Amino acid sequence: MKKFLPFLVLIFSLSVSNPSQADNLLMARTNLNFPEAMLKLQDSIRNHGYTVSRVQRVDIGLTHSGYVTDKYRVVFFGKADLVTRLSNDYPKLIPYLPFKIAIFAEGDDTLIIAANPLQLTDKTYPELKPVMKKVEKDMLEIFQTMRNNEE
Amino acid sequence: MRLSHQILSITLILAFFISPPAPADENGAALYAENCAVCHGNQGKGGVGVPLALPDFQYAVSDQFLERTIRRGRPGRVMPAFKNLSETQVRAIVRHIRSWAPGKPIRYPTIKVSGDPLKGRILYKKNCAACHGKNAKGGKGTGVTFSRPRDLPIIAPALNNQGFLYAASDQMIKATLMNGREGTPMVSFLKQGLREQDINDIVSFIRSFEKRAPIHAYREPGHDKLTVAYESPYGMKETIAALKRAIIGENFRIIRIQTLDSGLVKKAQEDHNKIIIYFCNFQLLNTALAVDPRVGLFLPCRITVVKRHGKVMVYALNPKHLSYLFNNDELNKLCDNMSKVYISIIEEATL
Repeated sequence: MKKFLPFLVLIFSLSVSNPSQADNLLMARTNLNFPEAMLKLQDSIRNHGYTVSRVQRVDIGLTHSGYVTDKYRVVFFGKADLVTRLSNDYPKLIPYLPFKIAIFAEGDDTLIIAANPLQLTDKTYPELKPVMKKVEKDMLEIFQTMRNNEE
Repeated sequence: MRLSHQILSITLILAFFISPPAPADENGAALYAENCAVCHGNQGKGGVGVPLALPDFQYAVSDQFLERTIRRGRPGRVMPAFKNLSETQVRAIVRHIRSWAPGKPIRYPTIKVSGDPLKGRILYKKNCAACHGKNAKGGKGTGVTFSRPRDLPIIAPALNNQGFLYAASDQMIKATLMNGREGTPMVSFLKQGLREQDINDIVSFIRSFEKRAPIHAYREPGHDKLTVAYESPYGMKETIAALKRAIIGENFRIIRIQTLDSGLVKKAQEDHNKIIIYFCNFQLLNTALAVDPRVGLFLPCRITVVKRHGKVMVYALNPKHLSYLFNNDELNKLCDNMSKVYISIIEEATL
């Protein structure tokens, strides 16, 4: 059986594929209008134990430039102890903290987008994987909640 | 007997890893909602992605085209490759997309179209290049929208894209040229006066891109460093002041200065050794949003100054690193440029 072991390891490693670009960019559409979606997003973030630290407008001047909407925000969120720990121990992650989700209107729908926090750990900080895996799980649930409008 | 046990064990293990058991009937609607709706709309009306429910699109493309498009995407043209989906899941999504149009999906014969690519090149230049670009690199823009006025339901696809060439058969391209696509600017070139042989020549020219070096490509994760980091020779206050000057010097406006933990802890507990400077250039912002509305992930522009163990460090995210997430060639250029701007600002302030 031993002589088959390297072969089995190879097959196993091939079967566990690397995350694709599609996995690293989290996106969801909700048919809630922008104000309702914004409320629901912030509720969902809080329900997962995070604090919404700031909602930043990034659309000032957009309507003056010919856009028909000015509904574009970035929602920053985190946990104070996690942000402190990560910024102290992994300073290269500082520009990515607190975490953020972009939210914008597209017609009557609202879209939310975030970078998968797991991609921050690839190669650079593999030991952070369990921590980021938890954040990823929370974010995936938040995105799923946004897709399910009946909740 | 022992050997047969070993072979059986190995076969079972391989079967587990190579073909994980898939549910007999994947829920196409749920898979579509999870993977596709964000760009193509819940009912396939389009948005960031093309309108899949458009009747003429539905009648003109084969299931194979849709399946291959989902699997391989369009390198550099926003649509990602969904490598995480199984064959069964891809087929379930296609079945769901088909539920928007009655009738049986078209199946094209596999016969290759025979034409003269050199003649096709001349005909392409005269009839197609205005919309599909000089080297078939596609219409300007990515097809994405940000609730801006739209005068086109789609952007002319990049015909030289290896993802498109993999998905579209000769006969499908030919049929599109012959019949056009109602509801889009694509007209019937038979009605425009071309002969069937002319159309065959154009198909051969388009197919010839398959043998050339790909113009569009996916960027891989980790192709560039995660963070731009510099040590400042100055103190915290001086570094912040120098950064503000450099930011304004690069035509940005300072919009906010705060601690990293602002909003996460009480005001009195904020750590003033970790300071974020937010800034923006509205013209650049609008250009970026027009290229790809998902670019909000970079916004607003930001540099963080940190004092630790007596050293002052300056950090910024590296847009070039993040650009791979969007699979958007046009955005790549902006990201590469923005990385240079960050470096220029920080170097100006710290050197």
